[in-house]
Amino acid sequence: MNSIQDIQEEIISEFEILGDDKESTIYYIMELGGNLPEFPEESKIEENIIKGCQSKVWLTASEEDGRVQFQADSNTDITKGLISLLIRVLGNQTPEAILNSDLNFLQKIGMGNIIGSQRSNGLVSMIQQMKRYALAFQAKQNA
Amino acid sequence: MALDLNHIRSLFPVLHQEVYGKPLIYLDNAATTQKPQAVLDALSNYYSKDNSNIHRGAHALADRATAYFEETREAIKIFIGAKESAEIIFTKGTTESINLVAATFGRKFINEGDEIIISTLEHHSNIVPWQMLCEEKGAILKVIPISDSGEIIFEEFEKLLSSKTKMVSVVHASNALGTINPVKEIIQAAHKVGAKVLLDGAQSTSHLDIDVKELDCDFLAFSAHKLYGPTGLGILYGKREILEAMPPFQGGGEMIKEVTFEKTTYNEIPFKFEAGTPNIGDVIAFKAALDFIDSIGKKNIKAHEDELIAYAQEKLSAIKGFIPVGTVKDRVSVISFGIKDMHPFDVGMMLDSKGIAVRTGHHCTQPLMKRLGLEGTVRASFSVYNSKKEIDALAEGVEKIARIKNK
Repeated sequence: MNSIQDIQEEIISEFEILGDDKESTIYYIMELGGNLPEFPEESKIEENIIKGCQSKVWLTASEEDGRVQFQADSNTDITKGLISLLIRVLGNQTPEAILNSDLNFLQKIGMGNIIGSQRSNGLVSMIQQMKRYALAFQAKQNA
Repeated sequence: MALDLNHIRSLFPVLHQEVYGKPLIYLDNAATTQKPQAVLDALSNYYSKDNSNIHRGAHALADRATAYFEETREAIKIFIGAKESAEIIFTKGTTESINLVAATFGRKFINEGDEIIISTLEHHSNIVPWQMLCEEKGAILKVIPISDSGEIIFEEFEKLLSSKTKMVSVVHASNALGTINPVKEIIQAAHKVGAKVLLDGAQSTSHLDIDVKELDCDFLAFSAHKLYGPTGLGILYGKREILEAMPPFQGGGEMIKEVTFEKTTYNEIPFKFEAGTPNIGDVIAFKAALDFIDSIGKKNIKAHEDELIAYAQEKLSAIKGFIPVGTVKDRVSVISFGIKDMHPFDVGMMLDSKGIAVRTGHHCTQPLMKRLGLEGTVRASFSVYNSKKEIDALAEGVEKIARIKNK
């Protein structure tokens, strides 16, 4: 099982290949969105929407063998790509690991410059929501 | 007459830059236009040579600043064909101009059961002030429906008119679709039932020749920043007799004649509506923007923009997956569209990565988007300095993006 930090390193080197080319970076992020598993239509409900995102993002989570599994979807492909990156890093990890994680890859790949400040706020909301799920599962494990 | 685009572009410093290593192609002119060097110089000159408060100071700088300030008012009078410069009021923007009318005309002349008519095409700034007024006064807001192509249905408008109608406030040209409304006919029909008419001219004033006397509108609201001028400056035109009958907007300095603790008497128009120190520097610099427009000629600007729009429609329509939104022929230089199976945000962001600036989203017209069954659109809007070469780049970009989902 790869640690959160290992996966972040992987992503950083992938983005290094893209270099400074904004256009290929955006296309790449969109492509990543295509890899997200199908999200059930019935889960696209108001309570699964992440507040604070410009585009619509639905996120649900479940716990399997002490690890958190995330499922997500968005109405825009770029946002799908962004959340797929977050799921790749935080998915299938323990609640503790998620809660203690420092997502430094975002800064290292210059995500703020890639997606701009408005979408960056949305990204922060996504991370917060993922950590909230982790917190809830942790509380359940400790109960 | 074909415009000397190289010369015109040379007047706009902001255009000569690269974004993400690609030449900037600025196609978001309906949001705000870029400013010619003359406007930047006028701003800088004012602050480096003439800065002082106007209308009251007993010194040389105040005299100069006052004279320049009032020269702009005079130039705006000519620009829109008003009878006198006292009918020109400076505000913060189109939004404040509309709010001013809703707050003051509304306070005095709109009562319970009265009706206000707007259209489905309106920007939120021509919806919300009237909703607030209706809520406060118990008045009723009526909305003119539109056709699928994005035109108001005139017969439906006529059906809404009655002796209860006190105000018709409609957009002259739609910011989201570019549709030019038949405002002359709207004004005539509204006046027949005794209603006043406000035109939201935020988009029309930069593209169309406007003569408020000929149109006979009662109010016209617009913004300097969409007319090559500075941000934070709006204009409200109103007919003298109506402005005089309206109570003041805000209280403070400048708008008074005499103040005692018992009673205050108000200044004459336009000062009655300009409480406090106005946006002096931007007003003065706006004159340079109007001079720029004059130097090219409104008709030449319109002809150039019409050519760009026709060219853009031709190029974009040929792209597989391209969905035009708003298909009216008579329009200002706005082209709104979608791409099959793609979200406008994604399209806008990918265009941005190619150095092409467009706007995406609902364009502050959520009820219109709902009527059209859309979440939003991609909007490219052209100005005097845009070229066919830039439209080629737009079309090439859109084509490449559309191909992702439309093979």
